[in-house]
Amino acid sequence: MAEVHLPRNLVELFPTAPHKLLLEADTVADLVRTLDERWPGMWDRLCTVGPAVRQHINIFVDGEKGGLDTAVSPGAVVRIIPAVSGG
Amino acid sequence: MYRERGKGMGRVMVMVGTKKGAFLLESDESRKQWDLRGPFCNGWPILHVGYDAATKSVLAAGGNNWYGPALWRSQDFGESWSHSSQGLSYGEGGPAVERLWHVTSAHGKVYVGAEPAGLFASADGGETFTHVAGLRQHPTLPQWQPGNGGLCLHTILPHPNDPQQMWVAASAVGTFYTSDGGQTWVPRNEGIRADYMPPEAKSEVGYCVHKVAMAPGMPNRLYQQSHQGVYRSDDGGQTWTWLTDGLPSTFGFPIASHPRDPETVYVIPLSGDEGRLMPGGMAAVWRSRNGGAAWERLSNGLPQTAAHVTVLRDALAVDAMDPAGVYFGTSTGQLFVSGDEGETWTLAADFLPPISSVEVAVV
Repeated sequence: MAEVHLPRNLVELFPTAPHKLLLEADTVADLVRTLDERWPGMWDRLCTVGPAVRQHINIFVDGEKGGLDTAVSPGAVVRIIPAVSGG
Repeated sequence: MYRERGKGMGRVMVMVGTKKGAFLLESDESRKQWDLRGPFCNGWPILHVGYDAATKSVLAAGGNNWYGPALWRSQDFGESWSHSSQGLSYGEGGPAVERLWHVTSAHGKVYVGAEPAGLFASADGGETFTHVAGLRQHPTLPQWQPGNGGLCLHTILPHPNDPQQMWVAASAVGTFYTSDGGQTWVPRNEGIRADYMPPEAKSEVGYCVHKVAMAPGMPNRLYQQSHQGVYRSDDGGQTWTWLTDGLPSTFGFPIASHPRDPETVYVIPLSGDEGRLMPGGMAAVWRSRNGGAAWERLSNGLPQTAAHVTVLRDALAVDAMDPAGVYFGTSTGQLFVSGDEGETWTLAADFLPPISSVEVAVV
């Protein structure tokens, strides 16, 4: 199981989602699909056509920025963090 | 908390889209005292807010740099909101939809206009969308270029009686018309000036339409504010006639028609490419009572010194009351209201975020 951290402004869009949860996934894409199954629409918030992670969303796996095909090992810490994007 | 007003009274609801969320203002029929609520939609940039009378839903179109485009929906007048992007895609190989610019509803469907320019329809009140692909299949697509605000589809005008007919407009592309429910589209830009193209160019597209409004009871009468002039068409956009004489500027963003009189139309001229502000810092709405042949300046109650503000394409609205109320919002967060067809004005709200849109419904 990976430890997944969701950002505050994403949780606000899906009020039943927690800030932290444990998920089983082989890749970041699997992980986001699982999130979308639990909270429909979350894929669209995190990913765009390609498919790819949205430009202003960063997904870190054990501290390294990853993409949808990045492997997620058991015990990995996955942090979804919005990029600095002011205005 | 949202509260019901007394029975028997119409409630006027003004919907304001801003750079930092949507706001709702409500008043009784007098339109003198306004209760303001918001910001809604988690502070997302909201480019347009509309009301779907069929489902009694407030619909807010926008997009957020982090989380993409969305249509927000409230079925309890703003108390709670949901959001959806399901189906807002041009498919693999197509560009990503960046944000939604406009929402309207007609004939049991909700339509949204997107950036990059395209049209989507929803048959379930805005929960899921289908791409109206015929528009982007038009052979001129490779020539579509953005205006200063982006390559946005900002105007959707369904025919009031025939679901097969519709007009849409995108900047800086032009106006298009369909008579087969969106399967095929034809450009409707004949007669529109485009000084930013060589005079010998005979292009079907490349026209910086800013807004198009439909006259009540006359679906083939369209009014247009373009980058360079105000126009009227009496043949569904096949030909356009210049109406700008008497106005202080050819430039402006919004245009709005009257709820009952097809001869009455409102515009807000701005200084042109030199700032796009109220001319001379004096705020005014201009009204024609004769189909655009002559214009009158309406400014009673509006600031006449140092009002260096912009009014964007969707930030002028007219309600269905009698006399009609007229509303506009500024880029600096002021909302002005007239309850007498534009004769006198009051400030209904100030210190809002920059206003993108103003719409009004009697609910």
